[in-house]
Amino acid sequence: MTFTRRKFLKTTMSASAALAAPAISTRYAFGAEDPIKVGSLLDQSGAIASSGVTMVTAMEQGIAEINEAGGLLGRPLQLIQYDTQSNIQLYSQYAQQLALKDRVDVVHGGITSASREAIRPTFDRFRVLYFYNVLYEGGVCDRDCFCTGTTPAQTVEKLVPYAMKNSGKKAYILAADYNYGQITAKWMTKYMQDNGGEVLSVDFFPLDVTNFGSTISKIQEAKPDLILSALVGGNHVSFYRQWQSAGMKDQIPIASTTFGLVNEPSTVDAAVSEGIYGCYGYYEELETPESTAFVDKLKKRWPQIPYISELTAATYEGLYLWAEGVKKAGSIDRMKVIEALEGGVSFKGPSGEVKLDPATHHTVRNAYLAQVKDRKWNVLETFDAVPPSDTAMVCDLSENPDDNQQYVIDIKS
Amino acid sequence: MDLAALVALNVVNGAASLVLLCLGLAIIFGMMRIINLAHGEFVMLGAYAAVISANAGVNIYIAMLIVAPLCVGLVGLIVERCLIRFLYGRLVDSMLATWGLSLLIVGIVTTIFGNTMQGVPTPLGGFSIGAYRTSWYTIFLAAVALVVLAAIYGVLRYTRFGLVARAVMQNPEMAAVLGVNPARIYMATFSLGAAVTGLAGGVLAPVSGITPVMGGAYVAKAFITVVGGGAAIISGTTSASALFGLVNQLGAYFTTPVYGEVILFIAATVLIRLMPQGISGRFFRGTI
Repeated sequence: MTFTRRKFLKTTMSASAALAAPAISTRYAFGAEDPIKVGSLLDQSGAIASSGVTMVTAMEQGIAEINEAGGLLGRPLQLIQYDTQSNIQLYSQYAQQLALKDRVDVVHGGITSASREAIRPTFDRFRVLYFYNVLYEGGVCDRDCFCTGTTPAQTVEKLVPYAMKNSGKKAYILAADYNYGQITAKWMTKYMQDNGGEVLSVDFFPLDVTNFGSTISKIQEAKPDLILSALVGGNHVSFYRQWQSAGMKDQIPIASTTFGLVNEPSTVDAAVSEGIYGCYGYYEELETPESTAFVDKLKKRWPQIPYISELTAATYEGLYLWAEGVKKAGSIDRMKVIEALEGGVSFKGPSGEVKLDPATHHTVRNAYLAQVKDRKWNVLETFDAVPPSDTAMVCDLSENPDDNQQYVIDIKS
Repeated sequence: MDLAALVALNVVNGAASLVLLCLGLAIIFGMMRIINLAHGEFVMLGAYAAVISANAGVNIYIAMLIVAPLCVGLVGLIVERCLIRFLYGRLVDSMLATWGLSLLIVGIVTTIFGNTMQGVPTPLGGFSIGAYRTSWYTIFLAAVALVVLAAIYGVLRYTRFGLVARAVMQNPEMAAVLGVNPARIYMATFSLGAAVTGLAGGVLAPVSGITPVMGGAYVAKAFITVVGGGAAIISGTTSASALFGLVNQLGAYFTTPVYGEVILFIAATVLIRLMPQGISGRFFRGTI
């Protein structure tokens, strides 16, 4: 039997059609029952896992609630979460997988600013709607991206003057050596200067520094009235412990934009954490009905859940803001959802009313100033509906919808 | 003047932490040529053992100085019997196996204890040098490092076990011909190295952030120091730790912590380029 080219083509084509048939037919078989795919990229292992695991719980909780209430547009939600293992390379890889293979309708995720900047261009390129639900240094201006956490104008602006009022005008800044720490240190400097203060020195630390002995000597030599800290991660917790063991704890107060975001107040000794100031969008200790209900629900889902911080609350609220946008748009089409979200949506979540700001794609939300007392956050002041004015200074997506960059504040020192 | 004393104390502290971190690795690498990439995880296990037993009500010093080395020594024994003993003389295989082991240990600890851990308070408190304050704990760390150095020197130099161990290190075949069982010596020295590493984890626990991945911050520096020190366990490790501790702390003090790290790694690179056999390969030949 001869095997001509034509015959070969015929057989291989029919064979491949037969192989592909189930894929094609299932794609059209379900129609309306097809789940809406929600992608999520969060670290469940590695150095950032202590932040990531509670955020995943919040995602699961939010998705389960929406599905119990009948889903969105009559379709259930399906969560596709990849463990990015605190590894930026895996962020890039899984972002492509979510966009191209899983073809998700929205992605919520990213924890560090480095991870956000690794995946944001991918979602821009493949036109996937992206939500970043973490407090960060501000300035991202991108129509495809919504940043629902707090920014320095919402927190650092309140924290710095309060801490200055209770200490003095000279500050020493310690920050992690990557984009979050670098830019946050600039905001700290700005708010110190705006309030008539002076920054004596800004020191950056790679994330694997564990010995802070020489820094503690330098701080003592500089004699500041106040320490401002944007130190990140488990290794940097060493600073607070070495600071206390040198007996400096009662001499110079600390205000931090990161301490207590995971569960530092409950893992370090009371003597180490007592009196540290913080300002975030949410604390587990808030006693509003929405907050206590949220904490109860998460504790039911995971009885041993570590501290529930702004990271967890903002993740939950970010998911609901997106859901509000989909409901309003009546579609999961990316552009229709973006336009609906820009029409102004809000959600009353555990941290209070959260409203999307159309011009910046950030949120107007409450901020809370607190101080660690007896290993818990003691909320001292509440600021209602604080706008993301830092990003608003530079970013207006209703004027320039094609803008796509992260603005960095310029400080004259 | 007070400030100079304080900076000197920082240098001593940096060198002492390096000595503690590296001795166990130097024993394992120097004697058996096994590159133990799970070294950082042994430090972490020591810290966890100390913290867990201290939180369970054990006296903090017993937890740090006895429980931590015993636990990690035991882990080392199990690891040697189940894994390492098949890998002597196979350098690349041992690296791969111990790297896998490090991931396994991190995974197990995370599964059991979660991603964060309740720490222990730092004992002893602080004292003043003139207008500056520092902690007694830095002195304590230096003292522990000195005692451990002396103890290991004593064991290697003056005991029968030390003599046999050094003989096996120099020439295992010849030692075997003379009636020594090298496998048993390897088992003992690996466990000893693990125990010393556990001790380091234990005494560093009160001044560190305790997480399952904390070992990662130590492993690179420990390896560089051991390689920079060369084959002699005591003199090599001590001299390299002193040098790198000095460079790192002064670098961090006079410039920034970022450059402190950079200067440390540059110094190490130059050192290894100039002395491929390490400091002890050039200056302290024939010492332990």
